[in-house]
Amino acid sequence: MTDTILVGIDGSQDSRRAVEYGIAQAKLNNAQLVLAYVIEWSPYSFNTPEENEQRHKRREEEIQTAHKRVLNPLLESCASEELKITGTVRHGQVADALIQIGREHGAGLIVVGRIGQKGVTSLIFGSVVSKLIQLTHIPVTVVP
Amino acid sequence: MKKKSTVVSSLGLLLFLLMPISAFAQEAGSGIDQVVNKVFGTVLGPFVSFIFYSVTINGVSFPLIVGWLVICAVVLTFYMGFIQFTGVKHSIDLLRGVYSNPEDSGEVSHFQALATALSGTVGLGNIAGVAVAVSLGGPGATFWMIVAGLCGMAAKFTECTLGVKYREEFPDGHVSGGPMYYLSKGLAEQGKPRLGRVLAVLFAIMCIFGSFGGGNMFQGNQAHQMIANTFGIFTETGWLFGLILAVIVGSVIIGGIQSIAKVTEKIVPLMAGLYVGTALIILLANFSNIPTAIVVILKGAFSPEAIGGGVVGVLIQGLKRAAFSNEAGVGSAAIAHSAVRTSEPLTEGYVALLEPFIDTVVICTMTALVIVITGAYANAEGLGGVALTASAFQSVFPWFGVVLAIAVLLFAFSTMISWSYYGLKCWTYLFGESKGSELSFKLIFCVFVVIGCSASLGPVIDFSDAAIFAMSIANVLGLYLMMGSVKADLKDYQSRIASGEIKRYK
Repeated sequence: MTDTILVGIDGSQDSRRAVEYGIAQAKLNNAQLVLAYVIEWSPYSFNTPEENEQRHKRREEEIQTAHKRVLNPLLESCASEELKITGTVRHGQVADALIQIGREHGAGLIVVGRIGQKGVTSLIFGSVVSKLIQLTHIPVTVVP
Repeated sequence: MKKKSTVVSSLGLLLFLLMPISAFAQEAGSGIDQVVNKVFGTVLGPFVSFIFYSVTINGVSFPLIVGWLVICAVVLTFYMGFIQFTGVKHSIDLLRGVYSNPEDSGEVSHFQALATALSGTVGLGNIAGVAVAVSLGGPGATFWMIVAGLCGMAAKFTECTLGVKYREEFPDGHVSGGPMYYLSKGLAEQGKPRLGRVLAVLFAIMCIFGSFGGGNMFQGNQAHQMIANTFGIFTETGWLFGLILAVIVGSVIIGGIQSIAKVTEKIVPLMAGLYVGTALIILLANFSNIPTAIVVILKGAFSPEAIGGGVVGVLIQGLKRAAFSNEAGVGSAAIAHSAVRTSEPLTEGYVALLEPFIDTVVICTMTALVIVITGAYANAEGLGGVALTASAFQSVFPWFGVVLAIAVLLFAFSTMISWSYYGLKCWTYLFGESKGSELSFKLIFCVFVVIGCSASLGPVIDFSDAAIFAMSIANVLGLYLMMGSVKADLKDYQSRIASGEIKRYK
């Protein structure tokens, strides 16, 4: 049975709806919910020495901001639900990181919003959602 | 808002400082050159001749400092058990992130640390250095360059491991590391705190001078010459070129406008790729000539004809240029590699050993093969350095001169940014980590950009080369004293890899 449901969030209205859908599914299946926020980051970029030196500090700041701006407000708004809900923040490529987190938590379902990409951006880089669908071994639900 | 105004005011201050210098340089013309040359020549001449003290072997002068670096590289190669051959697979696994814990993602990756360190060394050494070696020592010099590059890998391995092991972590989370830290801390552990401190200070002073010279003035000077020769602009107005370059450098290192640096850091690998790609195309088009070229290089290495000094002469030219190009044993790369956040210092050593391989073995060999295959070396008639490389490439692709000029400019810029960081770390080691001391170093650095571009300062450049090599006096001594502890760590690390205690994540 799916006892852990992973929801990928990005602070948009779309991901808000994904969380609501995740909550409904979790109640139906008596599962726990993990909300994951991924900070876009690549280990293969080229940096100046100064950036490398400050990287650890920046990383901590980025994680804190993600908690404060996106994750905590969402967790607070869900506090009234009678569910076990936890949150996590991770650096990486969105699709890869979500699959990784899903595997770590033994998730039976990944729920995402449409992750608001349109037009040229998704033409060039491919949409995160379609990459997720191509790579995942865990069932994915995309909430419109 | 406040940050912005600091940026603007420091840039204003920079311009204010630079204007009179460049105006003076323009008015005085060669006058200022002569004064500066005289001062440097008389005051620092003895220092330069001490560092480059040469013995004459078979009629070819051999600077002892080159021997100092090469012997260190050879000793470390044997002592570390040919780590540069046995450890390459592990290096590549580390780069691919096989051993990186996903929970630590977002920290500086091994790849990023390597790329940053490479951007400090890839540059004129690869393009001009090889040409110098081939024009003076014949094609055979290439062979000895490769051998020296391979040995240098073990030296890089050792110094970068030490750099991470003894780096300083500050309460706010930023890190500083490099030879000045491992010399003082590592030797204090061995009960030699006073020797460690002396060597660390010696290294730091030389590194600061090196950052003004070889890492700054020399780069600006060469970039200016290349741009002036190729495009015919700024030919008489080196000071203006220098001023523009100084403002761009200043806006990155003082103004913290990282976007400029980011753009360069992305274009530089592209340029390096373009350079290697073009070389590959030329080599593929002349595929059938490659065996002949290799024979020419090997023959030249062991039984050269018509080269002064015979085999020894060829050997010396190759070793010299390899030492100039990959800086193994100098200690500069250890500063860049120290920024990586890992609980295993050895991992950074493994990754760093790829640096001389990419820098000297791959890129330099490509250049050398192109020079030999196109036959450019045979009719070099007075061409040396960048001009020889350019003529070799242009004999196949006439447009390549423009690409090369832009590449040289960008390589020079990224090398300046890297060396400003190396110099700054040594400056703050000596004078403390405060905003004021950092700003004063950065302002002086920018002033030297203008001086480097506007004047042809032979003795100053001699001095800057000498300062970079002088860094290796303290560093190599430290490497000998601490190689035992690195070897012990290496054994421990290898056994934990074998037992699976160090986990694979992929």
